[in-house]
Amino acid sequence: MNIHEYQAKELLAQCGVAVPPGEMCDQPDHAGAMVRKLFDQGHDRVVVKSQIHAGGRGKGTFKSGFKGGVKLCKTAAEAEDNARAMLGQVLVTKQTGPEGRQVNKILIAAAQNIQKEFYLAVLLDRATSRPVVMASTEGGMDIEEVAEKTPEKIVRESVDPAVGLMPYQARKIAVRLGLKGALIGDAAKQILGVYRAFWENDASLVEINPLCVITDRDGKESVAAVDAKVSLDDNALYRHKNIQAMRDINEEAPLEIEASKHDLNYIKLDGNIACLVNGAGLAMATMDIIKHFGGSPANFLDVGGGASKEQVTAAFQIILGDPNVHGILVNIFGGIMQCDVIAAGIVAAVKETGLTLPLVVRLEGNNVEIGKNILQNSGLPIISGGSMADAAEKVVKAVAS
Amino acid sequence: MAILVQPDTKVLVQGITGGFGGRHARLSLDYGSQIVAGVTPGKGGQSFEKTVPIFDTVRQAVSETGATASAIFVPPPFAADAILEGVDAGLALVVCITEGIPVNDMVKVKRAMEGSKTRLIGPNCPGLVTPGTGKDSTGGCRIGISPGYIHKRGNIGVVSRSGTLTYEAVWQLTCRGVGQSTCVGIGGDPVNGTSHLDALKMFNDDPDTHGVIMIGEIGGSAEEEAAAWIKKHGKKPVAGFIAGATAPPGRRMGHAGAIVSGGKGTAKAKIEALRDAGVGIADTPSVMADTLLKMM
Repeated sequence: MNIHEYQAKELLAQCGVAVPPGEMCDQPDHAGAMVRKLFDQGHDRVVVKSQIHAGGRGKGTFKSGFKGGVKLCKTAAEAEDNARAMLGQVLVTKQTGPEGRQVNKILIAAAQNIQKEFYLAVLLDRATSRPVVMASTEGGMDIEEVAEKTPEKIVRESVDPAVGLMPYQARKIAVRLGLKGALIGDAAKQILGVYRAFWENDASLVEINPLCVITDRDGKESVAAVDAKVSLDDNALYRHKNIQAMRDINEEAPLEIEASKHDLNYIKLDGNIACLVNGAGLAMATMDIIKHFGGSPANFLDVGGGASKEQVTAAFQIILGDPNVHGILVNIFGGIMQCDVIAAGIVAAVKETGLTLPLVVRLEGNNVEIGKNILQNSGLPIISGGSMADAAEKVVKAVAS
Repeated sequence: MAILVQPDTKVLVQGITGGFGGRHARLSLDYGSQIVAGVTPGKGGQSFEKTVPIFDTVRQAVSETGATASAIFVPPPFAADAILEGVDAGLALVVCITEGIPVNDMVKVKRAMEGSKTRLIGPNCPGLVTPGTGKDSTGGCRIGISPGYIHKRGNIGVVSRSGTLTYEAVWQLTCRGVGQSTCVGIGGDPVNGTSHLDALKMFNDDPDTHGVIMIGEIGGSAEEEAAAWIKKHGKKPVAGFIAGATAPPGRRMGHAGAIVSGGKGTAKAKIEALRDAGVGIADTPSVMADTLLKMM
């Protein structure tokens, strides 16, 4: 599960990480008061930041023509204008895709005097099955690019789950980042806080880009997290009610939300051949084989262990909610489930949804012959597939014709 | 010989009194597996379907029945604990079927298991099967949720991150009259107890395994790790299929571990690594068995 920057900063602040003071704003009329509060606290500039679950906001463009999803402002009036220009508008960035994302919330925060920018992240290192803290002097940049071009600039500290991230490790990172004197201790404190936020909230990723050396009005230096991205482990949400409450339905695709209500695992793609499969690996392989034969998969859909009549019907309805879909491939390996039960469910679902698109069904497993007979005798124009390859070829041909 | 389990391996089921655990304990018994005990705290003294004794702790179950392996059908919040209880009881094998265990719990489990003799398979896996020689391969050892009848006793090892995709490969082999030594589902989670490489090493040393089908998917680097080892040490033909070539980056495709992040873990990279190691690559899942058989 993803959360917004302002929510990520709340979690970080709870773990002792220094974040710029700021407030989430969802009404343009409130922006002015928030800015004045920050000015009263002694800050002289604020930054207005669109809150969406995607990066590249600064360089993005709104569909209205307004440029930039992150704006530096010197007055309350400026901030209010920017808030008005952003709230309710669709922002397109390199990461949102051309359809963009509607901005329903902005973050109004004190702008910082930034001296240096670093990159800091905590994530699972799958090779060791341990958390790893990654840092680099190349803050503000795309870390994948840094990893490719100048990997020597990335520092890694592996965390022993038995003891957590140790202070000496955080100090090592600070020194490798080139920090000296009091900033070593300050940075180490921030890094330890970031790790705590990762571990205590069951995050899958905490990314601070940039982590900055900032100076206050008197020139005093300190270390702060100027931007933050946090993703949470879906499997652990059951034990974090406060994080469950941070879910933003508006950031999720409507069909995917609908699917999760029926315990269906659905991911919308761009193509025109939908698939309905039991098992995530088989579902991925079904998307792949559609592409292999020249088609374009419209979705990933795993019905899991239950291909009951209700779930198959719900799955068909979700698939048909995508106007791009011109054909459907059902691929079910009935292991414990009987193929005749599945076939009956498919026939019922077709009748209930009034499906007229080409439908290829490939069943394998227990009672497969009875299942195939049910499909054949249904009176419905259901095409039966033999092997997965045969079924994929048939659906690609049916959609192309 | 097979690997990990023999037809006579004694198995206990943690979570046998739950619907899911009970259903599959029944199916394993029907298959001829030696399900000798169940464990559900608080229900010790009861029995499962009047045939399998239930105990309060794994230690008790092991002590009373001599079970050496466990199948865990326990809900996610309690599964990590169930795994460690099995390890503590000195089991040789723990197979965790549960999907949905928090990643950090498994990070802690792996750390706690360092130095232990217990082999963990899973979590989020269909389990494993060493087929028997009876009708529809009954008489073998079935731990988990795989359909027993698709198997056939023979000499091909199968190791996979996916459930139903494994059944495809197994069924293809069986339909061609080619049997399996052991089929191992290692599961779809990012942190698990047994990797492709672990299974391949066991297959490499098993005189009854003459060839291997390995099924992988996007995410992580387990397949690349296996490829590097196969290149140096593999003694038997291996065919592979990697699912997820069409998966969009950054999305979890069903399995918690099936995600391309930061450009890493792509199907393309895995296929290249395997090809380079001499692994026969099945272009589609329909030809997994044929790809291996051509090499043998």
